[in-house]
Amino acid sequence: MFSSLMGWVDARFPATKMWEEHLSKYYAPKNFNFFYFFGSLALLVLVLQIVTGIFLTMHYKPDAALAFASVEYIMRDVEWGWLIRYLHSTGASAFFIVIYLHMFRGLIYGSYKQPRELVWIFGMFLYLALMAEAFMGYLLPWGQMSFWGAQVIISLFGAVPFIGDQLALWIRGDFVVADATLNRFFAFHVIAVPMVILGLVVAHIIALHEVGSNNPDGVEIKKLKDKNGIPLDGIPFHPYYSVKDIVGVTVFLFIFSLVLFYAPEMDGWFLEHANFVPANPLKTPLHIAPVWYFTPFYAILRAVPSIAGSAFPGVVAMGLSIVFLFLLPWLDRSPVKSIRYRGIYFRTAIVLFVISFVGLGFLGTQPVTPIYTLLARIFSVIYFAFFMLMPIYTKFDKDKPVPERVTFK
Amino acid sequence: MSHTVDNSKRRFLTTAASVVVGGAGAAAVAIPFVLSMLPSAKARAAGAPVAVDISKLEIGQLMTVEWRGKPVWVLNRSDESLLILPALNEQLADPESDTSSQQPAYCKNENRSIRDNIVVLVGICTHLGCSPTYRPELAPVDLGPEWKGGFFCPCHGSRYDLSGRVFKNMPAPKNLVVPPYHFVGDNRIIVGEDPQGVA
Repeated sequence: MFSSLMGWVDARFPATKMWEEHLSKYYAPKNFNFFYFFGSLALLVLVLQIVTGIFLTMHYKPDAALAFASVEYIMRDVEWGWLIRYLHSTGASAFFIVIYLHMFRGLIYGSYKQPRELVWIFGMFLYLALMAEAFMGYLLPWGQMSFWGAQVIISLFGAVPFIGDQLALWIRGDFVVADATLNRFFAFHVIAVPMVILGLVVAHIIALHEVGSNNPDGVEIKKLKDKNGIPLDGIPFHPYYSVKDIVGVTVFLFIFSLVLFYAPEMDGWFLEHANFVPANPLKTPLHIAPVWYFTPFYAILRAVPSIAGSAFPGVVAMGLSIVFLFLLPWLDRSPVKSIRYRGIYFRTAIVLFVISFVGLGFLGTQPVTPIYTLLARIFSVIYFAFFMLMPIYTKFDKDKPVPERVTFK
Repeated sequence: MSHTVDNSKRRFLTTAASVVVGGAGAAAVAIPFVLSMLPSAKARAAGAPVAVDISKLEIGQLMTVEWRGKPVWVLNRSDESLLILPALNEQLADPESDTSSQQPAYCKNENRSIRDNIVVLVGICTHLGCSPTYRPELAPVDLGPEWKGGFFCPCHGSRYDLSGRVFKNMPAPKNLVVPPYHFVGDNRIIVGEDPQGVA
């Protein structure tokens, strides 16, 4: 019965073919470790955000006069509204935690390198889209931090020479962040950017499944195949990794629920305190900082002094800090992928990079003081040196021999 | 007479023509969508002048009014604080207010104001649009012993003096904006309108 139904479908739509290509006959390396949970977890959080988002839009009002109160209405009066809203707000931070770990995995195991450059590029565009999505979503509660955060970030575009003022005006749709801005950010947050994200996710996964997954050894498993053409070190994604990922999902949801039910604001890290005050265009909160996932870039922005009466250099530095990530596949000149077989230069560089990224992330949350500014400048220099010097230190690094087959460590 | 046809050239020309025509059409269709995001007629009309009554503005007091959705400060500076201001010139980025976009010509003077004591400023930092905080006290702990009173931007630490002039080496590149304004009688300021006789 079922097989004849599938036969009917398969003659009209490649259902079985797609199932096999992407799951039951997609051969993934058998040595995946902890870091390989985060791709599927990112997909899980994406679904969570879309579902909770749909239900939030049933009650939310994208109107500067009503937005703040409608969020409080969701929190207090809508049945289970608090849960749906906290799922969405906690999900936003969880998304970035998962994505940062996912990107870190790519960084240490060389998953961006040939032949996976496009996997990395699509992923970076996803990261950009995710940042846009999070930024626009943060305006919607129309609290003080929503308002002033948006004011600062949109003003960044105003620092672009010549066209800046017109550009910022065009983005805001008014002379200050106002109802027009809220309304359009709602449209972008709810329709435009999610569609871009979904399209990019498809491209990311298709590109990945075309070239095959990397692994902690950075060995190409497609080089050695058995007589049936199946990689010797490959196992089908389903059931092996689909089942393994269930374990990851369970642990993730366990931690996620702890935050969701016991600390949904994370003491101001996930939902900032100032955002429980309605937006007031006449008064900036005494200390404004973006949500934690933007703070490394924000710290770079603040670290660069304005040159010749223009705030543009800081904006350029912030933009470059992301552009360099896109260029990673071509900056890295080493033939070795995984950090397990990399030399001391690359290992040291990674450690310094992580320290500077986390350090910048911390500094971005703090008020400006001379010592913090100095530290932010040092970390920014390290951040950029990691990329700019990469062609040199990866070329002269003393890499170790890479094994033929994957190992279990 | 040859009958051979350069097919690849034909192919190139038809493709190029299709791309150019289609691209032009797509660009033309995009125009109304792009322009729809500019401030609407309603938003543009909302910039009406605002009247401010300063009869109750004490010396040293700052009041904030809303003009075009932005905070506008009216500050009544004491005579003593006006005496301090010229001494700061060395530390300022633009002490003479030479950047003409930051104030009307009738406020390009020592105190950046029409009347010496009363200064009117748009309370938006010229760096990234935060609203600085009025910090009139002398040498508070967080701003250091050199602080002579002024405005401090909490977002990125830019400092301005009591005339809204920015200090050197700050994130903010320019002095605070002085909006067009004029006095009506002794105690009323119209913000958003130049004095009569000034274009």
